[in-house]
Amino acid sequence: MLVSYNWLKEYVNFEATPEELAHRLTMAGLEVSSLSCIGEEFEHIRIASIKDVSPHPNADKLSICRVFDGKEVLNIVCGAHNMKAGDTVALAPVGITLPNGVKIKASKIRGVFSEGMLCSEEELKLEEKSPGIMILSSDLEIGKDLASALMLKDYVLEIDLTPNRADCFSMIGIAREVAAFYDTVFTLPSVNVVEEEEGVEKFISVALEAPELCPRYTARYVYNVSIKSSPLWMRRRLELAGIRAINNVVDVTNYVLLEWGQPMHAFDYTLVEHGKIIVKKAAPGEKFFTLDNKERILDEDVLMICDALKPVAIGGVMGGLNTEVKEQTSSLLLESAFFNPQSISRTSRKLGIKTEASLRFEKGVDPESAVPALNRAAQLIAELANAKVARGVVDAFPHPLPKPPQVRVNIQKANRILGTKITPVTMTNYLERLGIKVKSHDQEKILVAIPSHRKDLKEEIDLVEELARVHGYEKILETLPIMTIPEGKGKASFYQETEVRSLLSNNGFFEVITYSFISPEMLKSLNIPEDHPFWRYISISNPLSKDQSVMRTTLLPGLLLTVVTNHNHKNMDLKIFELGKVFFREEKNLLPKEKFVLSGLVCGLRAEEAWNHPQKETDFYDLKGFLENIFHIFSLKNVNFQIDKSIPYFHPGLSSQIVIGGDPIGVIGEVHPHVLDYLEISKKIFVFEVDFGKIIHYCDKKEKWAKPLPKFPSVSRDSALIVDEGIECQTIVEAIVSAKVKYLQDIKVFDLYRGDPIPSGKKSLAFRMLFQSQDRSLTDEEVNVLFENILSHLKNKMEIELRT
Amino acid sequence: MQEKINKIRLEAEKELQDANEERQVENIRVLYLGKKGKITTLLKGLKDIPQEERPLVGGLANQLKQDLEQGIAEAIKRFIRKNQEERLAQERIDVTLPGRRISLGAKHPVSQITERVVEIFTSLGFSLAQGPEVELDYYNFEALNIPKHHPARDMHDTFYISDEVLLRTHTSPVQIRVMEKQPPPVRIICLGKVYRRDSDISHTPMFHQVEGLLVDEQVSFGDLKGVLTAFIHQMFAPDTLVRFRPSFFPFTEPSAEVDIQCVMCKGKGCRVCSQSGWLEILGSGMVNPAVFRMVGYDPENVTGFAFGVGIERIAMLKFGIDDIRLFFENDLRFLRQF
Repeated sequence: MLVSYNWLKEYVNFEATPEELAHRLTMAGLEVSSLSCIGEEFEHIRIASIKDVSPHPNADKLSICRVFDGKEVLNIVCGAHNMKAGDTVALAPVGITLPNGVKIKASKIRGVFSEGMLCSEEELKLEEKSPGIMILSSDLEIGKDLASALMLKDYVLEIDLTPNRADCFSMIGIAREVAAFYDTVFTLPSVNVVEEEEGVEKFISVALEAPELCPRYTARYVYNVSIKSSPLWMRRRLELAGIRAINNVVDVTNYVLLEWGQPMHAFDYTLVEHGKIIVKKAAPGEKFFTLDNKERILDEDVLMICDALKPVAIGGVMGGLNTEVKEQTSSLLLESAFFNPQSISRTSRKLGIKTEASLRFEKGVDPESAVPALNRAAQLIAELANAKVARGVVDAFPHPLPKPPQVRVNIQKANRILGTKITPVTMTNYLERLGIKVKSHDQEKILVAIPSHRKDLKEEIDLVEELARVHGYEKILETLPIMTIPEGKGKASFYQETEVRSLLSNNGFFEVITYSFISPEMLKSLNIPEDHPFWRYISISNPLSKDQSVMRTTLLPGLLLTVVTNHNHKNMDLKIFELGKVFFREEKNLLPKEKFVLSGLVCGLRAEEAWNHPQKETDFYDLKGFLENIFHIFSLKNVNFQIDKSIPYFHPGLSSQIVIGGDPIGVIGEVHPHVLDYLEISKKIFVFEVDFGKIIHYCDKKEKWAKPLPKFPSVSRDSALIVDEGIECQTIVEAIVSAKVKYLQDIKVFDLYRGDPIPSGKKSLAFRMLFQSQDRSLTDEEVNVLFENILSHLKNKMEIELRT
Repeated sequence: MQEKINKIRLEAEKELQDANEERQVENIRVLYLGKKGKITTLLKGLKDIPQEERPLVGGLANQLKQDLEQGIAEAIKRFIRKNQEERLAQERIDVTLPGRRISLGAKHPVSQITERVVEIFTSLGFSLAQGPEVELDYYNFEALNIPKHHPARDMHDTFYISDEVLLRTHTSPVQIRVMEKQPPPVRIICLGKVYRRDSDISHTPMFHQVEGLLVDEQVSFGDLKGVLTAFIHQMFAPDTLVRFRPSFFPFTEPSAEVDIQCVMCKGKGCRVCSQSGWLEILGSGMVNPAVFRMVGYDPENVTGFAFGVGIERIAMLKFGIDDIRLFFENDLRFLRQF
């Protein structure tokens, strides 16, 4: 809401500068988001009076004015014809620049010297068009600057209102707050309607057919109206508040809306059939032209104001074109009503119309202000349009509102909640300053009556907040809470997440965070078959775009798109990971199943290009190694990698399930070339995705317990085995273990060789076995026997050949 | 005989002295101590000299052998040292060439700030709680005193899954879930992603929040100020100016918006703080009794405060980032800076 500083001063008496006021309001909960000074440019324009006017000797269209500016008489050549001797005018002296950008210089015009310029409204940007120069009221002081003479200089405060403070959506509402905070007097504008003999009943009748949507409808009849433009001061105020001036009647309705927060509407009375107003719901599919000349299609949810024959306005939102006030309008039906906030909100949203009126009605206006605001409007129209007002008000208000509630404030409790020691007397004072009526008070409690405009105040805590606001948050002392340790610690996995983040970032990975919503197209591009769980996503019913329309069931799309972004920026070598949730639709539950998932991706060079190590492309085993480190820090036991050709987005030969004791916890593999082609990625990409919840579930929760260091040396034996290509390392290791040879402590694979002299289709895998006893040194001979046992066991189990 | 021994000694000592390289010393060893060397021969001849002279001569000869062995060993050591010194004098590397690094990655700036926030609040006695990101309307709004059609719903542009299910617009629903399960006292924080239907230079449809809740028998607004000021002083700097000003959240009352003095201009007024000198940093307030009633706590017996901090907001201020969208573009040129 935009608030004029000068206008505000009409209702409340305070000394603060605009800056101080802005600060004070902000600290009172009415956040001032900007403060701007308006009209400074008029400080250079002087009020002057014309001594005489004579024709220009060399030009028919020009005249020469001698003008007194309060100090001296100046000679000014002027092109206008609407001035005469004795007129008060606006003089732009030599050296200034006008609001329209024209610079004033002393110069000779057609041989006659001119020292300044007499300004038009148009040149001062006070009007869009003006026929001649601006003729001012003769009672203005000659020599004074135009800004102060016409009150053109002002400050505008932009206030961001919180949704609970509907009462502050008006000048009067803001003034009330200012008065409370400066502890000063607030005065409502005096409203005095001069009424004619004839009563309004003769002209207007109102029927409420949907009182739940329109609990109150008041109206007045105003006639003998002459439509013209409003005076400058009113147009200025409307403009500063962001409302365009139209004509005196429409301007008054807007002015009263700004002043009281009560939206008004003026109908051209002669166009309202039989002077009859019927408030009812629209017929489904009904069409209606609103004031902005747009055709609206309505339904039964929309509340309409109708006359005897037709709709004339969308109630509380916008008037109709068919009853618009125009130049020829001579009589008015003035409306001031109270509409149901939710109904207005629905209509405004449905039709996509936001107006000053609908914004206020949906926040909730004070039904008690309907009549005073109506009277204020009638009074102003009578003044500004030389109109007459029929006697009385039509007030359709079938169900009077419940009496404002009374609320009790427990003084001790209020102080306890705030951490303050405010006395009962001070509390009473605070509340009264806000216009809250104190019915009774003693040392323990205060009983108050809530005024009708403060619908946000319903119970004790609401008043405690008001006490805190008036007292000032800054005056409440900072304390630390008394420590009682709550029962039970949370189970959040945050610390394990932190460990993984630390490990991976120290291993060269960058953590990324991608959006939780993806495009379903991405699943197609990942070759995901329709029966795959990745398709069990949930959709957002109002997504920002189709690309962000479903909740992800895998982190892969986000990571792959991150690769695309980075490749576009020439970041070709990537190690990235993400830790985040994925979401699966559940048949029985409203809420999806949320899983914490960790996914890592490598691509490009294994290590940054450097002078002292060879450039090598990263591969499957690089990524697997990082993953094994993660399993290591969580002490995961029995993790198995099992080749799985059916993972649709992976290269069938470079694709593995990760399993703990039969439970699949994730996958790792090389991304399928089809997927890369689709995304136009030119490098091989390796990815893993594991269920982080399961990692935490399976991690060894036992405290670490140190083992004694071995007292006796270990002995190792190496053996290179030639086996079929198809035989996996794990199979051989398991076979070695299954020999159950005593003292075997560790098995390491230390070489893999293919090629001459190994026959094709075979490979050589070299193992190092470590033997150790806890209670003595093993002799070479006994280790040889153990080693031979292992080899013969192996030969029995599978086809192997020893490489010599 | 004694003379002969002396002569050999002098001879050997001189030769040893004249030797210029290791090979010559080796020759000397062979010449005197080898199988047919002069001293070896001498010692072998001892058996031929008279019995009574043997101890004396034998002693001298053995002494000579020992001395020479020692002399040779020293000479060899000398040559090794000399060789080493020559080698050291020649060897030299370019110490300015870069070292062999295991390149480091980095945690996302959002995670870095989150970890710091958690560290601070856990040091203040808060423990961690969590809740779902896809939430019921009930927990996200209704239980937080935001019924359907409440104007406060306009403050949140919500992504809906269905009429009842939505993407949580704040971490506050976790407050409700925790209080439903646990009797007071409660002292928790919870963190995570939240979603709002908004996208421009200062809004992304997803961002991160940390929510805090403290409920006990005698918690006051002064405690709220104390705890949050302590947090800000640890997060920013101990002399950061903090102000609390009234605001509105349906689930807290009194509510407070917390501002810090602008970190860019130190309160003088700049573009970042829209000339106000202050930056909004978090929302907070005393838990509304209506919320307590929703979870079955008795507002006559307990009070509490809650707050919500936007992680990206803090990260932007701490790291000088002016476009929130950068956080989710994941451009390595950005991520590498943290």
